[in-house]
Amino acid sequence: MTTLFTILFDGVAYGMLLFVLACGLAVTLGLMNFVNLAHGAFAMAGGYICAVLVNNSGWPFFAALPLAFVTAAAIGVALERTLYRHLYTRSHLDQVLFTIGLTFMSVAAVDYIMGSSRIFIKLPGALEGQFDLFGVGIGRYRLMIIVICGLLTVALQLVLAKTRFGSRLRAAVDDPRAASGLGINVPQVFAFTFAFGCGLAGLGGALSAEILGLDPYFPLKFMIYFLIVVTVGGSSSITGPFLASLLLGIGDVAGKYYVPKMGPFVIYTIMIVILIWRPNGLFGRAAAR
Amino acid sequence: MTAISDVSFHAIARARWRPAEIAFWILAASCAFLFPSRYLIMTDIIRLALFTLSLDLILGYAGIVSLGHAAFFGVGAYSAGLLALHGIVNEPVIALVVAGLIAMVLGFLTSFLVIRGVDLTRLMVTLGIALLLEALAERFSNITGGTDGLQGIEMQPILGLFAFDMFGKTGFYYSLIVLFLLFLLARRIVNSPFGLSLRAIKNNPLRASAIGVPVNRRLIAIYTVAAFYAGIAGALFTQTTALASLDVFAFERSADLMLVLVIGGTGYLYGGLIGAVVFKMLQELFQTITPQYWLFWIGLVLVVIVLVGRERIHRWVLWGPNLVIRQVLGRTAVVAVPESDAP
Repeated sequence: MTTLFTILFDGVAYGMLLFVLACGLAVTLGLMNFVNLAHGAFAMAGGYICAVLVNNSGWPFFAALPLAFVTAAAIGVALERTLYRHLYTRSHLDQVLFTIGLTFMSVAAVDYIMGSSRIFIKLPGALEGQFDLFGVGIGRYRLMIIVICGLLTVALQLVLAKTRFGSRLRAAVDDPRAASGLGINVPQVFAFTFAFGCGLAGLGGALSAEILGLDPYFPLKFMIYFLIVVTVGGSSSITGPFLASLLLGIGDVAGKYYVPKMGPFVIYTIMIVILIWRPNGLFGRAAAR
Repeated sequence: MTAISDVSFHAIARARWRPAEIAFWILAASCAFLFPSRYLIMTDIIRLALFTLSLDLILGYAGIVSLGHAAFFGVGAYSAGLLALHGIVNEPVIALVVAGLIAMVLGFLTSFLVIRGVDLTRLMVTLGIALLLEALAERFSNITGGTDGLQGIEMQPILGLFAFDMFGKTGFYYSLIVLFLLFLLARRIVNSPFGLSLRAIKNNPLRASAIGVPVNRRLIAIYTVAAFYAGIAGALFTQTTALASLDVFAFERSADLMLVLVIGGTGYLYGGLIGAVVFKMLQELFQTITPQYWLFWIGLVLVVIVLVGRERIHRWVLWGPNLVIRQVLGRTAVVAVPESDAP
C-alpha cells in the first residue's frame, strides 16, 4: 500500500514536471497550430543556464531558477521575432523540417560547448533526502516540484480565465482575423505567449535536471513525451494537457516499477491506443483546425 | 468522353521516358566504372535513395507526413538479418523480398492508425510506432542482440552465383539493380490512374472523395507499398553491410530521410535519388570539417532550406540545366520540375 502511494507521489511529481515543460508547446502546437519540435531545446537551454550559474558561478539554486526562466523566454522571443513568425502560415511539413533543424543545431551546439556527458545541478542541502509521512517516503525535491508546478498551474489557469490578457489570447486563437479586427494586436499576443511558454520550458528544464537527466540529447529524448502530453491532452484548455501529463507521469513511473522490462513500451502503447480511440485527444474539441 | 481522353492523353504524355531520365540512369550505371574505389559509399547512396523513394511515395504523392519511416527500414533490416543468421532463407534475393513483405504487412496494419486524424496525429502515430519498435527491439535483446546488434551475419552468394566481396562490388551492382527495378515499379505506380488519384487526394482530400476516389483505401494502399520499399531498403542495408543494430529505428534516421527528400524535391521520384547523392556528399564534407558535430550543419541546412523556401531553391538549382537545354536544344522543355508542395 505504501509503495502504491510512493509511486503515486513520484508519478504526480513527474507529471507536474512534464506539464511545466510541455504547456508552452500546448499553446504553440495546440492553440497556434504550429508544430514546434524544438520545444525541448528551450527546456535544455534553461537547464544548462541554471547548471552553469549554480555550479560554476556559485549562485543559489532558487536564484538561478527565475533566471533560467528569463533566459529561455528571451531566447524564445528572439527566435520568434526573427524566425518562427515567418513560418506560422507555412505547411506542417515546413514547420517540422525547420524545427527539427533547430533541434539538431541546439543538440550539436550544446554538445560542443558543454560536452556530451550528463550534467548535474548542485542542490541545496534542504532539498536532499526524503522524510516519512505516515510511512510513505516523500522526497523533498519532488515535493518542492509539486508545490512549484502546482502553483504555476493554478496561476496559469487564473491568467487564462480571468485576466484581460487571457481573454485576448483566447480570442486571438479562436479567430485571429476577428480578434485583430477588434483591435487586439495578435502577433504581439502570440509572441508574448510563445516567449512565456519557452520560459516555462526553461524553468522545467532547470527543475528536471535532477529527475530526467540533462544532456545534449535532451530535446530529442523527451520530444515524444511533450508531444504525447499535447496530443493526448487536446488543446481546448489547459486542464487537458495537465491531466494528460499527470496520467503520463503516473503511468510511466508505475510502468517502470511494475513491469520494468517493458521500459517505455507502456507509454507508447497507451498513447497509440488513446489516439486511435480519440484522434483529437482525450479532452480535445471535436473539430481540429 | 473527351474529358477522359484528355486526361489519359496528358497522363500518357507525362509518363513517357525523357532523354534526361535515360541519361540519368546511364550516368548512375557508369559510376561503377568511374569510381571503382568508392563502391561502399555508392552502395550507401543507393540504399538511401531507395529509402527516400519510399518516403516520396507517401509524402510527395499522397501528402502523408511521417516522422517514423525508419520503423519499416528497421523491420526490413532486422528481418533480413534474422533470416540470414538463422539460415531460414539463405538466398539473398528471396530474403530481400521476404523482408520487404514483412515490412509491408506492418505497414498495412499501421496504415489504419495513420490515416486517422490530421497531420499532427499522423506525426505522433508514425513517430510513436518507430519508438515502440525501437523499445521492442531493445526489450527482446535475446532475438535482436540488443544494443550490440545482430552479429555474425554471413550472406550467401546472390542467386547462388555472385558472392559478396569485401570491396562491395557485388553489393553495389546488386543494390543498383534492385533500385532500378523498384524505381520502374514506382514510376509505373505514380503514372497509373491510381497514382493520379493519389495526387488528387494530396491536393484536396474532400474534393477527391467528392469525385468518387476512395480516399482511405488509396492511402492505405500507398502506405503499404511505401512500407514495402522501406523494408527492402532496410534489408539491403543488412545484406550489404552484414549488420543490423538498434539505430536502424532511430529518430535521426527518419529526420535525415526528410532532409534528403527535401533537398531533392518531392513528388517527381528523382528527388530521392538526387537528394541521396547531395546528402551523402554534404555528410562527407561536414564530417571532414567537424567530425563530431556534423549534426549542427545538417540542422543548419534544414533551417536554411525552409527559410529560403523549397520551391525557390529548386528553381535556382534547375536554372543552370534549363538554360543549357534552352540554348543547346533550342526548346523550352525543362528538366523534371518538382510538383509544387501545396500545404
